[in-house]
Amino acid sequence: MKIAIGQGSCGIASGSKKIEEAFRRHVAEHNLQAEVTITGCIGGCYLEPIVDVYQDDGQVVRYVHMTEDKVDKVVKQHLIGHEPVDEYRISKSGTDFLEKQTRIALKNCGLINPEDIRDYIKVGGYEALKKAIFEMDGKTICKEVERSGLRGRGGGGFPTGKKWGLVAAQKDPIKYVVCNADEGDPGAFMDRSVMEGDPHKMLEGMIIAGIAIGAKIGYIYVRAEYPLAVKRLKKAISQAEEWGFLGKNILGSKFSFEIRINLGAGAFVCGEGSALTASIEGNRGMPRVKPPRTVEQGLFGKPTVLNNVETFSHIPFIIANGAQIYRGIGTDRSPGTKAFALTGSVNKTGLVEVPMGTSLRELIFDIGGGIKNNKAFKAVQIGGPSGGCLTEKHLDLSLDFDSLSKVGAMVGSGGLVVMDEDTCMVSIAKFFMDFTEQESCGKCVPCREGTHLMNEILDDIVNGRGTKEQIDMLMELADTVTTTSLCGLGKTAALPVMSTIREFQDEYYAHVVEKRCPTGKCKGLKRIEIIANKCKGCGLCLDACPANAISGKRRQPHVIDKSSCTKCKLCIDSCKFDAIVEI
Amino acid sequence: MNNKGGNCACDCQNKDKFDLSKLDEFLDEVKDMQGSLIHILQKAQDIYGYLPREIIAYISDKTGCTQAKIYGIATFYTQFRLKPMGKNLIMLCQGTACHVSGSKDIEEAICKDLKISDGETTVDGLFTLNNVACLGCCSLAPVMMIRNKDGEETYGNLTEAKALEIINGFKMKMEQGA
Repeated sequence: MKIAIGQGSCGIASGSKKIEEAFRRHVAEHNLQAEVTITGCIGGCYLEPIVDVYQDDGQVVRYVHMTEDKVDKVVKQHLIGHEPVDEYRISKSGTDFLEKQTRIALKNCGLINPEDIRDYIKVGGYEALKKAIFEMDGKTICKEVERSGLRGRGGGGFPTGKKWGLVAAQKDPIKYVVCNADEGDPGAFMDRSVMEGDPHKMLEGMIIAGIAIGAKIGYIYVRAEYPLAVKRLKKAISQAEEWGFLGKNILGSKFSFEIRINLGAGAFVCGEGSALTASIEGNRGMPRVKPPRTVEQGLFGKPTVLNNVETFSHIPFIIANGAQIYRGIGTDRSPGTKAFALTGSVNKTGLVEVPMGTSLRELIFDIGGGIKNNKAFKAVQIGGPSGGCLTEKHLDLSLDFDSLSKVGAMVGSGGLVVMDEDTCMVSIAKFFMDFTEQESCGKCVPCREGTHLMNEILDDIVNGRGTKEQIDMLMELADTVTTTSLCGLGKTAALPVMSTIREFQDEYYAHVVEKRCPTGKCKGLKRIEIIANKCKGCGLCLDACPANAISGKRRQPHVIDKSSCTKCKLCIDSCKFDAIVEI
Repeated sequence: MNNKGGNCACDCQNKDKFDLSKLDEFLDEVKDMQGSLIHILQKAQDIYGYLPREIIAYISDKTGCTQAKIYGIATFYTQFRLKPMGKNLIMLCQGTACHVSGSKDIEEAICKDLKISDGETTVDGLFTLNNVACLGCCSLAPVMMIRNKDGEETYGNLTEAKALEIINGFKMKMEQGA
């Protein structure tokens, strides 16, 4: 019997370490023949902590929302009594969430022990590498990847095989493979999940890339905010070296490859290729003018293949099963699957991997179980701060690179933040502009100054100082920043603003003309008023107001002067007749 | 830089108050590595908790990088701190999902309780609050991570009350330990 406890960052945050201890304690106490082990995140984060019991008859029983108390009962009734505890088992809707997906990158996440290479080998791991080394050469690998139609999963969507071919064709004998694991998009965490749940898969993808282009060294640039991912990657690298999949003369062949880890020091712009390589070189992560592109002059000035974690994780599948089978999944121009991080006001949050071309409706309502608390769907922000927002009318749109860019959004890294009717779209635009302003590296003027100016205008709007003209100015600035910025960060920085103005113009106008936030979320637009027919004219509020904003004669309704009111709410506390309200 | 005569304006002479053995060991380890500067700064911050001026001067001496360059890097990346940090670093996630789920309200509550704002350290040196971009636990939003010498722990599904309760738990633990 085997007990596997989900220990991705999300599982641990929900208390799975304690569950593991409890199981270990019980197993020792009752002297049970059971192995207690850990596994990564299966993606159903809303179900954590998750525990899988592998029975000796091959059946797997999955328990969700585990607590230490529940462990007692599972041990007594199931492990000792061989009778599963039905009330703790995953429900039909939970299995639906998992079964409606098609998994390639996340296939093993939550099923194997990420800290044990034998688990990965058992499910066919490193078979693709063997095939690549002994049956293929660089050219045929590049061709196979190109035929698969795989496009970069980090946002740009550049054909991976083509990129590899371009690097392989460079004359320079020294080349590098770089894995972008600096998942900076707020709202996306599929790369974290792969690194924590199945680190060997991306290593295998990187090694195959090494063979394809003739590189000897690979770098992983991973965020320092992902300590668990770093730990598991380091462990995976040393195990792969022990087993001969990494290092000198891999599997006895002439090919040698090593992988180094670089910790990102926290800069969103380092997701951009030339900024990332600058950071690995030990400099400030600032993008440079292109060309030369990374494929010609990347890391240390050498030709470099730069892909993200998810992209590399698709490679073993393509090499092992062939491009034809891969092409059978997804759409014609965007083959394969894509992992989306489903978060926000949706019932079932977590990671979802589906074929490209799946509709938003299927993702949010079918798999995600609809909107939390039975509220109405308002919009979904796709692709993080560089993406756009999609509304009701886009629900049946096919999610792939081309259809999304047509409607002014992008797949990006695959973050999907679902928003309900209570979300103020202006403040969401402001949130993203805050983010890009802070993360702008400051090198080019349009991005540095443009994001700052746009943020100032948005600040005016959410605080009731906005004017109609400012909305036009926002659009004009957005246009300038988009067309003249140096790198992807600036070029896409205005997308959230443009798409929210386009889709929710009424909401912007309510803020600037009526000075009202339709959802009541913008605190700056709230005002304090005295309800005339409730006010007795007692004068208590007048004494309480530190700003002298209240006036009125005794026994007559008082009034608040909006321009001098500081919204401290002391008057509300002082009123004995509930005559003062914040609206 | 001329620090032999002892009349140098910077704090490089004060470096004696820091134990340099661990840093020296690491500097030796990476001396042939290309692009090691960020690794060195990360290690230094690991050892001292922040990047003291004296240490920046020392690294500059050892590696030949100018202090200006090191300072440029240290201020570019959010990870580096030029001031000492509290015993517990509260990393409050301000990612999209957390924002939508009310992370700003939690920030306000924490700031009010600890009487600090983002990036500051409490007077008693127990807590430093840092807003971070995204911790990647979006499904548990709002989230914060607390890092101290015992490692780091992530707390999800926060409410204002729950966040303060967790912080108070740390306060109690510290008081008992002291």
